[in-house]
Amino acid sequence: MPSLKDLKVRINSVKNTQKITSAMKMVAAAKLRRAQEQAEAGRPYAERMERILGSLATAMAGREGAPELLVGNGRDQVHLVIVMTSDRGLCGGFNSSIVRGARKFIRELETAGKQVKILCVGRKARDQLRRDYARLIVDTIDEIGKRRVGYAAATEIADRVMAMFAAGEFDVATAFYNKFKSAMTQFVTQTQLIPFSVPGATAAQDVFYEYEPDEQDILAALLPRNLGVQIFRALLENSASEQGARMTAMDNATRNAGEMINKLTINYNRSRQAFITKELIEIISGAEAV
Amino acid sequence: MAEQTLFELVSPERLLVSRPVDMVVVPGTEGDMGVLPGHAPLIATVRPGVIAVFENGQVIDRIFVGGGFVEVTGERCTVLAEEAAPLAELDRGRTEAELKAAREDLADAREEPSRKAAERQVAIGEAKLAALEPQPY
Repeated sequence: MPSLKDLKVRINSVKNTQKITSAMKMVAAAKLRRAQEQAEAGRPYAERMERILGSLATAMAGREGAPELLVGNGRDQVHLVIVMTSDRGLCGGFNSSIVRGARKFIRELETAGKQVKILCVGRKARDQLRRDYARLIVDTIDEIGKRRVGYAAATEIADRVMAMFAAGEFDVATAFYNKFKSAMTQFVTQTQLIPFSVPGATAAQDVFYEYEPDEQDILAALLPRNLGVQIFRALLENSASEQGARMTAMDNATRNAGEMINKLTINYNRSRQAFITKELIEIISGAEAV
Repeated sequence: MAEQTLFELVSPERLLVSRPVDMVVVPGTEGDMGVLPGHAPLIATVRPGVIAVFENGQVIDRIFVGGGFVEVTGERCTVLAEEAAPLAELDRGRTEAELKAAREDLADAREEPSRKAAERQVAIGEAKLAALEPQPY
C-alpha cells in the first residue's frame, strides 16, 4: 500500500498535468477561432476561382490543346500522395486518421501495380510513415503556419508540385487532409489535385464570356494559381481541424485528470483515517496493558 | 443616380472590397480597361498595376494589385488578385528595397522556375514603383 507521502506526490503531479492540459485547451480554442475566421475569409476567392475555371473548362471541353494540368498527361502510372498533417502532436486522433487514410490509399495503389511517391507536409506525417514507406517519401515540408497559415506557404508547395509535374516525376497527384466540420468532428478528405477535376463544370453555362487573351493562355495562367488555392484551402481546413481536435483531446484529458484527482483524494483520505485509527488503537491497547 | 456595377476585389486570404461603384479601371494584360455597368461578359488576366475606382466622375480609391484575373459580367466586376494593397499603404523606401532584392534574385536565378518567379517579382516591384508616381487620371 502506498504511503501518504506517495499519494500526496501523485495528486500534485496529476494536478500539474491538469493545469497544462486545461491551458492547452484554452490556447487551442483561441487558435481555432482564428483559423476558422481565416478559412471563412479565404472562401470568396476560392468560390470565384471555381466559377471562372468552370466556365473556362466548359469553353475548352472537347478541344485540342487543353493544358495537362486540367486533363492529365494521359498516364496514371506514378502517383504522388501529398499527406498533410500537423507539426505537433497531442491532438487526439487527428494525425493518425489522416495517415491511416493515406496508408490505405497507398496500399491500394501498390496492389494495383502503380508507383507511389509521398510528399509529407507537416512533421507528423513523416514520423508516422517513415517506418513503412521511408523509400517512397520524396520530401517533407514542415514548419508551415507556425503562427498562421499564409498564402505564400501554399504557393511554395504548389510550385514544388508543379515543378515535379513538369519534370514528369508523377502523373496523378492526390492530397490527404482533414476537413473541418466542427470542433468534435473532422473528416479525412482525399482530393485529386492533378489532373484537376472541375466541380460543376457540366452545369449549363448561361453566360458566354469573351476571353482576353484567349482561353488557352488564361487557363495556362489560372491552373497553377488554382493549385495554390486548393493547397491553401486544404492547409486552412487542416489547421482549423488540428486546433479543433486538440481542443477536444485536451478537454477530455482535463476531465480525466479531474476524475483521477478525485479518486486519489478519496484514497488519500481513507488511508489517513486508517492510519489515525491504527495509532489510536495502539495507544489505547498500550494504556490498557498498563 | 445611374446604374452601378458591383466591384469585388478578393485575395486568397480575404475579401478586400465589395461595393457598388460607377466605374472601375482594371489594368488588363492587353491594356487598361474601364468597366461600366452592362459590360459584356469577359474573363481576362490582370497585370501588376493600379485599379482605379470611380464614382461621380471622380477617382475615389486606388488599389495596387500584383497581377491576377478579372471576371466581368453585366452586373459585376470581380478581381482575383494574389497581392493587393491600397495605394496609400505603399511605402517608397520599402518598395525600392523590395525591387532591389528582386533584381538581385533575378541576377542569381539560373534555373527556369526560380527565374520566372524572380522575373514576376521584378515586374511587381516596377509596377509598384510606377504606382507611386502621379497618376494620369
